[in-house]
Amino acid sequence: MIGFIRRPRCRSHPAAGKPRVHEPLRRGFAFVGIAMLILSCLAIPTSAQDTLPPAPYAYTQIDDPELEAKAMALMETLRCLKCQSQSIADSDAPMAGDMRHQVRSRIAAGESPEQVRAWLVARYGDYVSYKPAVSSTTWPLFAIPLLLLALVAFILFRRLGRTR
Amino acid sequence: MTWFRWIMLGLAIGLFGLFAYQLSQPKDEFIHSAMIGETIPPFDLPPAVADRPGLSSADLADGQPKLLNVFASWCVPCAAEAPNLARLEAAGADIVAVAIRDRPEDVARFLATYGNPFTRIGKDDISAVQLSIGSSGVPETFVIDGDGVIRYQHMGDIRDEHVPVLLAELREAGE
Repeated sequence: MIGFIRRPRCRSHPAAGKPRVHEPLRRGFAFVGIAMLILSCLAIPTSAQDTLPPAPYAYTQIDDPELEAKAMALMETLRCLKCQSQSIADSDAPMAGDMRHQVRSRIAAGESPEQVRAWLVARYGDYVSYKPAVSSTTWPLFAIPLLLLALVAFILFRRLGRTR
Repeated sequence: MTWFRWIMLGLAIGLFGLFAYQLSQPKDEFIHSAMIGETIPPFDLPPAVADRPGLSSADLADGQPKLLNVFASWCVPCAAEAPNLARLEAAGADIVAVAIRDRPEDVARFLATYGNPFTRIGKDDISAVQLSIGSSGVPETFVIDGDGVIRYQHMGDIRDEHVPVLLAELREAGE
């Protein structure tokens, strides 16, 4: 981006020797680029946020490091509902904090990570879990590559068999 | 080998057809609750404002079907759906609410500005009830039958066309 804006000023650049017709066009692009950069800095997030402090376990680890490690490993495989391409361990959305609180307090209370995952899946479906699982809806994802491999093996076998 | 080429061509065309179809379909961004048909998990929330009682799971299983509105004063679409919540109330719906991550003074100001159609408002500071019923944002409106079973989930603000749908679901939950 920065290189693109600087280019017209760079006298020694080969492009500087080209017909000057392109120069205003390029300056126009640079101007638009700079304007967009400035505007993007001024942009105000439109989504409203609450002002309450985060849930107790949102940013606080469990005292027992072994349980915290279990909770952390689980949180990295749970999807944030507000920011769907992040895990709840990665997200600063208040709802992700509240989900971390659920995970940590349940793990601290003695639930196993898979019990906590099942609790969330019972509420939000497979969507909330990043852990791949074979189920009635996901089995084609696992079956199709196997089928394709079998097809490739079949074709190779026939072709190689013929050339021999 | 020509039959094989025709099959491959057919597969490719079919695949592109599938892509074209899927790309032309509007994407459903909502993560729907998997709790439809389930009994609402036990909870007991303190009142969110001074002039309305709090909300517990027992209040939702008192024999009368209800609308459960999940809202927050900091949520813009929640203000937008206020006139339609008022219409639902006028049509006889008993509407209870859970205020998510909210301060009592903010809730009171919100209700003074946009109207208060709620008979009970529970205060949920850590989204615990929201997470327990599979709600993934605000606003959302659930139809709960007299036994406390979740019957229907509406996600996002209630627009004009959603009012009759919610009333029909409420009626059905009461049968």
